[in-house]
Amino acid sequence: MISSEATQSASPTAVGDVVADVCDVRYSVNGRAIFDGLNVRVRRGRITAIMGPSGTGKTTLLRLLTGQIRPDRGRVLLWGRDLATLGQSEIYALRKRMGMLFQNGALLTDLDVFENVAFPLREHTDLPEPLIRKLVLTKLHAVGLRGAASLAPSELSGGMARRVALARAIVMDPEILIYDEPFAGLDPISMGVILRLIREMNEGLGITSIVVSHDVQELATIAHDSYLLSGGRVVASGTPKELHESTADIVRQFMTGSPDGPVPFHYPAPDYREQLLGCDP
Amino acid sequence: MSMARNEGVLVRFVRTMGAVVIFFGRVLLQCGPALARPRLVIHQIYNAGSRSLIIIMLSGLFVGFVLGLQGFDLLQRFGSEDTLGVAAALGLLKELGPVVTALLFAGRAGTALTSEIGLMRATDQLTAMEMMAVDPLRHVAAPRFLGGVIAMPLLVAIFNIVGLFGAQLIGVQLMGVDAGAFWSQMQASVELSDVNEGIIKSVVFGFACSLMAVYQGYHAEPTAEGVGLATTRTVVSSSVLTLLLDYMLTAAFL
Repeated sequence: MISSEATQSASPTAVGDVVADVCDVRYSVNGRAIFDGLNVRVRRGRITAIMGPSGTGKTTLLRLLTGQIRPDRGRVLLWGRDLATLGQSEIYALRKRMGMLFQNGALLTDLDVFENVAFPLREHTDLPEPLIRKLVLTKLHAVGLRGAASLAPSELSGGMARRVALARAIVMDPEILIYDEPFAGLDPISMGVILRLIREMNEGLGITSIVVSHDVQELATIAHDSYLLSGGRVVASGTPKELHESTADIVRQFMTGSPDGPVPFHYPAPDYREQLLGCDP
Repeated sequence: MSMARNEGVLVRFVRTMGAVVIFFGRVLLQCGPALARPRLVIHQIYNAGSRSLIIIMLSGLFVGFVLGLQGFDLLQRFGSEDTLGVAAALGLLKELGPVVTALLFAGRAGTALTSEIGLMRATDQLTAMEMMAVDPLRHVAAPRFLGGVIAMPLLVAIFNIVGLFGAQLIGVQLMGVDAGAFWSQMQASVELSDVNEGIIKSVVFGFACSLMAVYQGYHAEPTAEGVGLATTRTVVSSSVLTLLLDYMLTAAFL
């Protein structure tokens, strides 16, 4: 059953199952509301897709979920803890339990592939070098790039960079993995590889995954729960299948990729005929 | 209208100064942990120092040449060209060495620092560090700041040595000033306090230029235009701050 109300989660769930909970959040920038009354729940061990047209605040939602920004109103709970009440050291402690894959990989350009993956281990552990080496090579092997360990980030393709970033994101064995537009700009092969890896991370390691993307077809094949954002709130939620079967205009437009609908093709402008024939520039 | 605009500029200036001071405090707090990993700091000393060596040495040589020529021309009028060594040494140690090195540092190492950190911001590298629970102030800002602070006095020392060599080349080899008089007058007249003044200036300029470079990079807009603008701001603010501090320090030492 599809829900079109912002106050409902993707599907019924026990509270103990929820690892991230966004409750009635309002967030604005320079007085303009990005979110108003936003509700999203992420459940343990599942892949949750956050979808929506460009500019609806998907990445902003990730920033809220990771404590990079704080809401004007409402609460963002991570493992039951309100992020707004935590100091930097407590937020850092929570982040050690999370991994994040950035749209462009965000690899550290002054380190090679091996050192990029080893970076969190060197920063947060006192593991001996042979063990770090084994862990890094294991993670690189998992993403198929063990042979690229000595390459510099500038020598990697977009898809490879994202796979290295994924290896780095999982090297500390996180409980939650967050993917920000993981398919953007990838060729079909690289996209397929990333899709397979997201599924494997979830099924094999039981990692809770949050995937922000507008690639509807790709997400439909891996997501357990989906949220569709528009106008600063959740306009639809449910399983990908439920979203596909929805008759709501905004959902139909998004799922079928129609150029016009509730999300207009044209940016607000004066009358076309008047502007062409009139004197105004 | 004009008054209101002036107030706006003043408020912005005070706000920026406050932000710089707070940032300075936060970076200083991270310097201890950064020093615990000397590899990062040494790498930044190499970046800010060794990579500026050629421009510093070339500039030092030419400044020394000019000092030799101008000094000789001036002193000759009073028949005291033997004191050329003293004039060159005092000019370099107390003023030209620290100031010119700081200006060159702002243009070479400062812009490199700002653009590097700004691009790290633009490509989400700093955010990625925060997401890995690593404070970018400790891992990125503090080592670069320390690298600049340590490199500056070393660069000033090299600038001064090369500058003196240049002044000696012109004064002694070209203009015929007596070599013994050149060096012995210098040895007799330059005091430790003159050397200390130069060292203190170089350390203060090192703090100022490195802070400006790191601050501007860290707060750059994450766009190509933003990074370019931050780089320009680094050169302008470092140069103005260097000259302002130079005046204040010179006044304090007199």
